[in-house]
Order: sequence, then C-alpha cells, then structure tokens
Amino acid sequence: MTARIQVPASARRGEVIEIRIAIQHPMETGFRLDDSGRAAPKNVVNALVCRYNGVEVFRAEMGSGVAANPFLSFFTVAEASGELVFDWVDDQGQTGSERAALTVKG
Amino acid sequence: MKKTSRRRFFAGLMAIAAWPTVRAYGQASTESVDAMVLTVTGGAKVQTGRVKLELPPFADNGNSVSLKVNVESAMTANDYVKSIHLYAARNPRPNVANFYLGPRAGRAQISTRVRLGGSQRVLALAALSDGSFWSATADVVVTLSACYDAT
Repeated sequence: MTARIQVPASARRGEVIEIRIAIQHPMETGFRLDDSGRAAPKNVVNALVCRYNGVEVFRAEMGSGVAANPFLSFFTVAEASGELVFDWVDDQGQTGSERAALTVKG
Repeated sequence: MKKTSRRRFFAGLMAIAAWPTVRAYGQASTESVDAMVLTVTGGAKVQTGRVKLELPPFADNGNSVSLKVNVESAMTANDYVKSIHLYAARNPRPNVANFYLGPRAGRAQISTRVRLGGSQRVLALAALSDGSFWSATADVVVTLSACYDAT
C-alpha cells in the first residue's frame, strides 16, 4: 500500500505542525457488488497510528464510513528532531508503513 | 357497521406496509448512535459547544465529503482532548471514525473525507481529559448517496 505524507521538513521548537496522510486503498464497504453480483468483502484501513520518536501522538480507528483513499490531517507539537512513523493495517491484515524526518530548530 | 370501500382498504394496507420501513429509516440507526455515544460517555452528560464540525451544506457525491472537526482546548498536559468520535446516523455503520489525541497534538483539529449514505445530521463527540463530553452536529444534504448503489 502506497501512501503520501506531508510533514514539514523543519519547524521551530514548540511549533504546532500539520501532518497530512493519504493512503491508496479502496476502503471496500462490503455493500458494493462486484461484476458477478456478489458483495465484495469489507476491507478498510481500520487502524492508523502515528508515532513521533516512538511516542504515540495520534491514533485513528476507521470504518466503512471513511472515503476511499483515506485522507487524514492532524496536528502535533514539534518537540525534538527525529522521525514520525506511520503504521496502518486493513481488515485483510495487510500492513503499511511510512516515515518522515523532521528537523527542529531552536 | 359502515362498509369499507376497496380503495380505502388498499390505502390502509399500504400504510401498514410502509410504517415499519419509514420508522426503520428515520429512527433505527439514530437509536444505535445514542447507544454508541453511551458506550463512549458511560452515561456522562454531553454538552453542546466547544466542538466545531464543518461539513459542506450540500454534497453532490456522498462517496467523498470533506469534514473538519475542531475542539476548543488549551491542549496542555492537564487539559486536552482525549478523543473525537464521528457518527453518521443514516450510514449502514454509523460510527464513521474515532480519533485519539493527546496533549502532544497541540491543536485538537482533524480533517478527513467521509462517505455519507444520504442527507442527514452528522454528530461529532469529543471526550476531554477533565471527563467532560462536548458535541456538535452539522446537517448535510447529499445528492448522490454512498453505499446503496451497486456500481
């Protein structure tokens, strides 16, 4: 699963930064019928965690009500230079991971 | 006894047949939203305010509707938003998403894109670290519903 994340490359210490993530995923609801008329099994990205230098700063539980190619935007305080790690998993157990480096000045 | 005309009889029959469907559509999942809110709050009072839920008043396509929630909070170590919950009563699964934040969030604001199964009132519920619960609703008219088409 590919994803696009937007994290500022650098920030001042204490600055509130916006983080955006968009994951490429169909977010299959389980209500949609495929070409042969059978219901396509539900398969959504149900959990996403963002850790900042190992500390969890954001967690999302999602259901079929989240649009395909889920997009999320949230905020965090830039405290120290380091790495933001994003981990997610879908109903079929497929996992995805993405990381971004952040430099904190001052 | 007055004789019931055939027209009246069928009209009555239709009304009886339609009754449960109308009820199910309008109420059933709203009740379950109340139950879902109760599992989050544990019976604590939910107050209106402090939460701002932004949705477009008209959405052409229910498959992707942009949504923004903002909760008024200092976001300090002992006064912060713990979680934000989204409910769309007319969706087949009303609990759209739950977000867990902490004091490290800095700002209690989340944006995402949701699916909506029809025109409805969307509810955002926020749980704060002091044990209080705040909510906001937004009405949205959806022209093309998600979920129900077989495409």
